[in-house]
Amino acid sequence: MKNKEIEVCINGETIQASVPVRMNLVDFIREKLGLTGSHVGCEQGVCGACTISIDGVAVRGCLMLAVQADGSSITTIEGVSENPVGSALQRAFVEHNALQCGFCTPGMIASSIEYIEQGGLSDRAAIREHLSGNYCRCTGYQSIIDAVASVVDQRAEP
Amino acid sequence: MIADDTQTCQPLAGGQSLMPMLNLRVAQPEVLVDLNRIAALSFIEIQNDVVHIGAMVRYTALMHSPLIDKHVPLLAMALPYIAHQAVRNRGTIGGSVALADPAAEMPAVLKALAATIVVVSAHGQREIPAEAFFLGIYETALDEGELVHSIKIPLATSGHRFGFYELARRHGDYAMAGVAVSAQSINPCTELSIVFFGVADQPLRAVDAQAVLEGCAISDNAALTAAQQSLPAELMLGDTGVSADTRLQLARVALKRALLSMAD
Repeated sequence: MKNKEIEVCINGETIQASVPVRMNLVDFIREKLGLTGSHVGCEQGVCGACTISIDGVAVRGCLMLAVQADGSSITTIEGVSENPVGSALQRAFVEHNALQCGFCTPGMIASSIEYIEQGGLSDRAAIREHLSGNYCRCTGYQSIIDAVASVVDQRAEP
Repeated sequence: MIADDTQTCQPLAGGQSLMPMLNLRVAQPEVLVDLNRIAALSFIEIQNDVVHIGAMVRYTALMHSPLIDKHVPLLAMALPYIAHQAVRNRGTIGGSVALADPAAEMPAVLKALAATIVVVSAHGQREIPAEAFFLGIYETALDEGELVHSIKIPLATSGHRFGFYELARRHGDYAMAGVAVSAQSINPCTELSIVFFGVADQPLRAVDAQAVLEGCAISDNAALTAAQQSLPAELMLGDTGVSADTRLQLARVALKRALLSMAD
């Protein structure tokens, strides 16, 4: 299989790598870069576990090829604590028991960061709709929505 | 490359349908041509009496476009129903058109709005009415070597009314039945255009329902019931989740709700 040289900035660090052109982005991140926080669930864009941020936009890591990320800036769960919204969400998820096995959490956090950074409100229905593409199979969604809403509220305080 | 017929070549748009097919090995093209860096296919502009949308415009960009909100309200109504945010961040309108999934929102909306699909190949460019573009499950009027370039949608006028309704198990799931409606006026109804998605092997124009309602008030109960009864039962598809009979019933419900939403 053909390889191609790419350069990406991942969690603030610029790296060059030679990647097989057929390799999915999330597989590249996990297997070549060793950042195994992004999880691979369904590999068809349904479960949301591989959701990561590319140039500030939440995308499915399993529905992009690594070569398509050439020149972009990627944030995975390993880098979110550098972002004030990301670290507030991490704390809130722990405080609200919004994770149990943790498989869905990296994707939940990536989607939630996008929601909050785009000015999302603490309206539960709106949060629920935004997170509707991220599946959780253990805690259920109440506590996850509590956690996201609490961060929205904290940020709204003067 | 796309014109070269010695190898199977597949254009890759947003990848939100093609990538799952590649991951599952359902699609196995020898060559993939990535369209994502073609900036010239990402425009939304008004040209005379149409909104012209490049094939690589992503759903999120359409949702944030004041032009779409103002001039193509039916499209704006349908966008939030397409999958989920992270998918809408990558998925493109041209990709949905070229794929022609009969359960997808875009083909039905474009057919309801009498849009035109602009296609290009090494030999030039041609325009195909949406009405004649979608031919079956993943089947379109595209010839070998042709690519969807852009979509032209007539501007809505001030009296124009639109309705959109879909029934899905969960938000973002494929619709079990859905419908897009456009009308020049609603009291009485004139130039009604009613197109279903997720019910048949292609976006389904409800010709009889359009005829029944034409000239009637949109909230006229007798006309609504007659329109519901006129839907073509023989064209409804059944699958493991929803039988053809159930689908017919869901289509009737979706039609009524879409039409009544236009009366408000």
